[in-house]
Amino acid sequence: MRRPIRRKSTEGGSRMSVRDLVAESGAGLLARPARVALTVLGTVVGVAALVATLGLSKTASNQIVGRFDEVAATDVVVTPVARNGTPAASVIPFDAEARLRRLNGVAAVGTLSDVDVRGALARSVPVNDPLGQSELQLPVKAASPGLWRAVRATLATGRFPDRGHSGRADRVIVLGPNAAARLNIVRVDQQPAIFLGDRLYLVIGILANVQRQPSLLGAAVMPEGTARREFGLPAPSSAQIETRVGAVDVIARQAPVALSPDSPTLLKVAAPPDPRQLKGAIRNDLNALFVLLGGVSLLVGAIGIANVTLVSVLERVGEIGLRRALGAARRHVAAQFLLESSAMGLLGGIIGASVGTLVIVAVSASRTWTPVLDPWVPLAAPFVGALIGLVSGTYPALRAAALQPVEALRSGT
Amino acid sequence: MGPEAPVVELRGVARTFGSDPPVKALRGVDLQIHRGDSIAIVGPSGSGKSTLLNILGCLDRQTAGDYLIDGIDVATLGDGERAALRGRRIGFVFQTFNLLAHRTVVENVMLAEVYLGMPRTGRRQRALDALDRVGLSERAEFLPTKISGGQQQRVAIARALLGDPSLLLCDEPTGNLDSVNTAALLDLFDELGDDGMTLVLITHDEDVAWRARRRARIVDGELTEVA
Repeated sequence: MRRPIRRKSTEGGSRMSVRDLVAESGAGLLARPARVALTVLGTVVGVAALVATLGLSKTASNQIVGRFDEVAATDVVVTPVARNGTPAASVIPFDAEARLRRLNGVAAVGTLSDVDVRGALARSVPVNDPLGQSELQLPVKAASPGLWRAVRATLATGRFPDRGHSGRADRVIVLGPNAAARLNIVRVDQQPAIFLGDRLYLVIGILANVQRQPSLLGAAVMPEGTARREFGLPAPSSAQIETRVGAVDVIARQAPVALSPDSPTLLKVAAPPDPRQLKGAIRNDLNALFVLLGGVSLLVGAIGIANVTLVSVLERVGEIGLRRALGAARRHVAAQFLLESSAMGLLGGIIGASVGTLVIVAVSASRTWTPVLDPWVPLAAPFVGALIGLVSGTYPALRAAALQPVEALRSGT
Repeated sequence: MGPEAPVVELRGVARTFGSDPPVKALRGVDLQIHRGDSIAIVGPSGSGKSTLLNILGCLDRQTAGDYLIDGIDVATLGDGERAALRGRRIGFVFQTFNLLAHRTVVENVMLAEVYLGMPRTGRRQRALDALDRVGLSERAEFLPTKISGGQQQRVAIARALLGDPSLLLCDEPTGNLDSVNTAALLDLFDELGDDGMTLVLITHDEDVAWRARRRARIVDGELTEVA
């Protein structure tokens, strides 16, 4: 049984296929499953802490900003700049509503004016009660048809005046709940009316609530057109805008120009701070500590991997020697140990990302929050783990590669 | 290089360790081993046996002289090339067998091809063939811990044979075996020698040495061939 002697070349160095490298590293890990599990634990804790921190702080700040967004963060009010104590009266035009609605990002818009009734008292008919105070001074305001949506007004009863009422200057009025109570009016189906001075106004609606401009709650509000005709309203005194979420900045910049292209500086804008900056500030506060915590856990995890890989190298000196005798170059030995430590880091990263995501979901569920997590966080986490494995495996791998095969072989496997 | 080129040729090989004072482990060793030859190298401990083995196995470099294996001057090769040379031309058999405890017998044998850049297809079959050659094919799926020491050493030999090496380098191959297993292993060496395998046996067992075709004694780093 004579085997043919093949002429073999020694040109070039020793070679190892990637599949073989992966298979050898995998077998090295599978030989010690319990140790791998314990080693990976450190990285799991670290990555899970980081992922949970990033996710939870984002979830929490989103929650805060989410509530804030609801009303305040979409609220823009434009008023004329006060000059010498009195506002420049006629800067906001009567077609402000139409001008502003054209802006992209405006959800609802209306104008609101204080009406100078020249001391006229309000009085409800028909009962004249000599005991009660039946004539009272009531703030009177004028609203454009769009204002009701812009202040998020809700009705207790009746209806809002519409464009027709304003256009025809109908003598109709809407009462705030406090004003209605003072005037003893609770229903509108019998067509109650109030006198303002000597003019009679039909009450067509009673407000239940408004979310902006609370002064409306105690006022009698007439259509803008009516106020112009009856009381000579010179110009709206403010424009109330509800923007879409996130559009506050843009609208705050554009609204004065849209309203008064020739002198936008005569208008001042009351707008909330940029919610995005607010969001960022909250997140930064929350994150700093927890990211530090996650970082420390990761460092501990890295030290764990370095330690165990080093022990593993010392323990497998015989195996390393054998591999060298079988033709492994130093780089093959180093590559195998690096791959093993990286695989441990990767495994820790995958498990850690999963655990971290579960923590976010669990905490959000218990607080009835909406879990928010940047998709790149759980996707990047395994690579962070692998990188940690790679870095912490470098020294042990170099130690393994530097072993003299002669000495390595003497120790057996 | 023709078939007449010796597998191993040592010309005045010396190995000195350290410099203060220098320890001369080998002093001018000359040796030629042709294909199919077998030589036993005996000597007391500290005589330079291990040093010679390491140089023959390309695990260590000589400090003087030339070492040619299959006519290739080892001194001209870099680390990676020497690793490749070890993998392709030299099969190692150790006293401690050096089998990986978590791999089956056949997987241990297959390990020999990992660093040769050979395809994975057919590797298992080649390993089974090598096991067949040492009479252990029916133990292929056993773990090394489940077979006897003699069988473990046969596995190690099968692994050494897998790369189809020019030289089988055995370091105290019977050191951990009882007399029955030793005898069986020596029979196997005879068979391999008949098949044309070149063998170097480092041993301190005179009985083992007498089974080789040639014997050399090494004392204080000097090699002398004995009849």
